Amino acid sequence: MVENKQQWKAWLYLSPAIVLLLVFTVWPIFNTLRMAFLDGYGNMAAMGGQTFQFGIANFQKVIAYDKFLDCLKTTAILCVATVPISTTLALLIAVALNSIKPLQKTLQTIFFLPYVTNSIAIGMVFATMFNIVNYNPVAQTADTWGIINNVIQFFGGTGISWINQGSSYTANIVVMIVYIVWNALPFKILILLGGLQSINKQYYDAAKVDGTPKARVLGRITIPLLSPMLAYVIITGFIGGFKEYSSIVGIFGEKMGPPDDAGRLNTMVGFVYDALEKDRQGLASAGALILFLIILLVTLFNNKIIKKHVHY
Amino acid sequence: MSDSMTVMQERDIRTKTIGQKIFKILGKTGTYAFLLIMALIVLFPFYWMIISSLKTLAEYRQAIPTFWPREVMWGNYVEAFQTAKLGDLFMHTLYVGVVSTIISLVITVLSAFAFARLEFKGKEMLFGALLATMMIPGELFTITNYITVNNLGWMHSFTALIVPFLVSVFYIYLLRQNFMQIPNELYLAAKVDGTSDLKYLWKVMIPLAMPTLISITILKMMGAWNSYIWPKLVANDQAHQMITNGLRNAFTDTTGQANYPVQMAAVAIVSAPLFLVFLCLRKYIMQGVSRSGIKG
Repeated sequence: MVENKQQWKAWLYLSPAIVLLLVFTVWPIFNTLRMAFLDGYGNMAAMGGQTFQFGIANFQKVIAYDKFLDCLKTTAILCVATVPISTTLALLIAVALNSIKPLQKTLQTIFFLPYVTNSIAIGMVFATMFNIVNYNPVAQTADTWGIINNVIQFFGGTGISWINQGSSYTANIVVMIVYIVWNALPFKILILLGGLQSINKQYYDAAKVDGTPKARVLGRITIPLLSPMLAYVIITGFIGGFKEYSSIVGIFGEKMGPPDDAGRLNTMVGFVYDALEKDRQGLASAGALILFLIILLVTLFNNKIIKKHVHY
Repeated sequence: MSDSMTVMQERDIRTKTIGQKIFKILGKTGTYAFLLIMALIVLFPFYWMIISSLKTLAEYRQAIPTFWPREVMWGNYVEAFQTAKLGDLFMHTLYVGVVSTIISLVITVLSAFAFARLEFKGKEMLFGALLATMMIPGELFTITNYITVNNLGWMHSFTALIVPFLVSVFYIYLLRQNFMQIPNELYLAAKVDGTSDLKYLWKVMIPLAMPTLISITILKMMGAWNSYIWPKLVANDQAHQMITNGLRNAFTDTTGQANYPVQMAAVAIVSAPLFLVFLCLRKYIMQGVSRSGIKG
């Protein structure tokens, strides 16, 4: 009797969550799969009574679409460039933070600040820092160079157009790498510092007794003991990197590129949303599934490499 | 003979310790120098945002930049507030944030309680299935949810912004872990005393799980504040626009001629609440983030 009452109550308490999950989580899993395999599926057309053939035409279309490959390329470049840079920097900062006493809390707070920002809003700040007004590449003149170019000129370099009319793809990517690394640091520092603080002090005391040099301590004690956290930030870094979208909107706006070449920096996620808004849900679903597959493969590959090096 | 030996040895040891000391001080100085330089780099965009927001357009446009505004233009903030209609955007975002946080907390508490304290058939399986959905990237859900919201006639409404995100499996998981740490004896004792479930939840479990609930509240509010993609898809009209979308839409000009000081003032206004909340509730935010691993 009591058992029965508990059963009944449990389902009652769970009912709001279950209903919402069925509609907004479970159904989408099936429906997205369904739409991906219905050639040229569009919701408006479906509502109008049109039927669609089962097939893999959506996937073929996504892969054959040249802009999709551009999106894949940009996404991959950003991922491969930013994850190692931000992980290394975060590791160095975390180790340095862990080795000091005075100012530790203050510095820790400062390094966490980029996390509590809006990636669109601060993207606009980075855009103004790289912004150049009325640039003339032949005469090497501009009305406003932007603070980044000012710094480069201060050290004897020449300013270039980073994000404006006539900027190169490489320059755009450099801006994105700087911004994404800046944005990714706080989370990684937080996780790695947490890991460092939980390492047993005895290992370091033993090293001290043996007179082990600092670099060796880092390579032989700290990094191996920190490897589960390193693995975690690398994997989440890659997953986040493959879903990059709003940081680009922050800097370049919804055009996803410099004014004279809109869409140049579009990413996989951007591709999916573009297709979605144009009522081409079949194409969007296929794109999202391909993205999911890539993330899965990269994560498995990461896991395989990491398994060899992680000491739990 | 033996005397001079010890003196020499002692001197040797002393020079060695002095050498080590110098080395150690150099190491510490290097560490601090590295950290301070990195901290300056991290802070620079914030500094640049604030001083740019206080400059006149003419001063901002100068070839050689100034590092402190010559004439402090508070008026930029007023202009930013009006140009981007920040007042309306604030209200929309606050409404969506508060309503979705309250409903979401109720749903999360009830579900976590069922999973942590009640016995029912298929509990483990259901919980496992819920956790499995966490592995699927959100983009996959967005496509169908866009259609669902459209077919339900929720386009351009606050409902579309609130309802699809009310349940977070991760928050249920987090709170269940917290609830499980509370000894079952307390629950049984309450049962013996004839306390109802809801009263027990309210009087015992919720107070004990307060830190987790605060973390969830903050992350949820930050989520509303920072959401961009979903509102852009389903409710990007004047009457429902969220703060991030409004900010981006109000300053779309990327040709370089835009009034950047005003734009920076708008960005500063939008960023300020997040900073204030962070400074007051630093502990909960950092705890919540390190456990959740999500970008708010």
